[in-house]
Amino acid sequence: MSLWEYANPTKFMALTGAALPWVAVGSGACLIVGLTWGFFFTPDDFRQGSTVKIIYLHVPAALMAINAWLMMLVTSLIWIVRRHHVSALAAKAAAPVGATFTLIALATGALWGQPMWGTWWEWDPRLTSFLVLFLFYLGYMALWAAIEDPDTAADLTSVLCLVGSVFAILSRYALLFWNQGLHQGASLSLDKEENVADVFWYPLLVCIAGFVLLFVALVFLRARTEIRLRRMKALMARERLAQ
Amino acid sequence: MMALLRRDLALAVRAGGGFGLALAFFLIVVTLVPFAVGPASSLLATIAPGVLWLGALLACLLSLDRLLALDFEDGSLDLLATAPLPLEAVAALKALAHWLTTGLPLTLAAPIFGVVLNLPASGYGWLTLSIAIGTPALSVIGAFGAALTVGLKRGGLLLSLIVLPLYIPTLIFGAEVARRGATGLETSTPLAALAAITLACTALMPFAAAAAIRINLR
Amino acid sequence: MMPDLGTYTVWVLSAYGVSLGLLAAIIGLSIVQARRALRDLRQMEEGRARARAASESSQGHDLTERTHG
Repeated sequence: MSLWEYANPTKFMALTGAALPWVAVGSGACLIVGLTWGFFFTPDDFRQGSTVKIIYLHVPAALMAINAWLMMLVTSLIWIVRRHHVSALAAKAAAPVGATFTLIALATGALWGQPMWGTWWEWDPRLTSFLVLFLFYLGYMALWAAIEDPDTAADLTSVLCLVGSVFAILSRYALLFWNQGLHQGASLSLDKEENVADVFWYPLLVCIAGFVLLFVALVFLRARTEIRLRRMKALMARERLAQ
Repeated sequence: MMALLRRDLALAVRAGGGFGLALAFFLIVVTLVPFAVGPASSLLATIAPGVLWLGALLACLLSLDRLLALDFEDGSLDLLATAPLPLEAVAALKALAHWLTTGLPLTLAAPIFGVVLNLPASGYGWLTLSIAIGTPALSVIGAFGAALTVGLKRGGLLLSLIVLPLYIPTLIFGAEVARRGATGLETSTPLAALAAITLACTALMPFAAAAAIRINLR
Repeated sequence: MMPDLGTYTVWVLSAYGVSLGLLAAIIGLSIVQARRALRDLRQMEEGRARARAASESSQGHDLTERTHG
């Protein structure tokens, strides 16, 4: 039994249909436990006060925003190399979820930055990279939406995803350079994970697990929708031929 | 190959004055900037390198949707795809023709527009150099974007949405060269990075563009 | 029950509000789209099944008529 078995839409539908409720419940449980734990039962940070509680949303969302793009990159590659339709549809399904996570990361970052740095937005490389990532998500989704023929759309968006990944990484390094050029020494970086004390770390882990499971559940759900829509299109085309 | 390049250039010049349009757009953007930010010459001098770069970038973007659209509509792209010349070379030639009709005039005009924006004297050489080195990258990346959206009815807006994020690294390094040059700082690092981006894009993007054209012609 | 968030109450609460709102939006959108796709596909398959049944019965009808003729 190889992994490629699940590239068959019927098998994929069966597997995800069975797995979806479990993943969804697991995600809900992790999110409720993690966020409640983080929000109600963790102490305030001595420097950041209660704003440290934003970390339970910000870090998992940012993490999954990048991983969603990575997942799209992998599924695009699989589509180009092995031409499994499920793979292309999974990439399509992941894009809006990734864009939402990026938006959450940006919004929570701004809401944390306002009291902590005294500004909503700072053209810091990290922040700016996320804005750029969001733009890439927008372009990718717009290209999917614009092209009629599903196989052409899958091909072109896959190519865009590959090229976009290269340019996203390039932008990341360009931005690091650009910011140093702007204000030397004034580095505004978020707390590294190793700086986070255990009290914050464990609920954060639970929240990350919740976001990962949420992403998987949403991708399953949306990919199932896409497969059904594709089947409907095929049926309609067949009827038109029959007439 | 030369015939194709000559044909593309002739088409660009004939169809709506390829040289003039991008330049006129660049001029308008540069003219509008003082209206938007105020006429204070010190402020204009500070932002001049960035504004000139942004104007050049937008002028490049403006003419992209016609890079392949005409050939796609009248079917000559199909002919080119079956011609002995590889499609990668066709894409590269199209980008070259685009650069000759937009990038080159923009490079030559940039110092003149720099005068209007009160660019500091030390900046002219660096600005011209950075635009000369950077615009080829804009043209080949644009050729890729045009190849992606060539089959679409209203691809223009989508083209900008796709291409502009891809322009970010080029813009950052290009404007950085111009800005550092204008303020008399050392410019070799961003210049090297800009040149690296242009060389890498020129080498690799025609393949991506050709792949996208093949998909669209299928 | 509500923890004391001090001076940052507004920021923390709005961060949670915005995030949960966005999550609810994407989850809700996905569910609505999934339901609609499922419903439309079911309808279409039922319609096809009915059409096939109808066409088969009409063909059968034709046959019987012909035998009568």
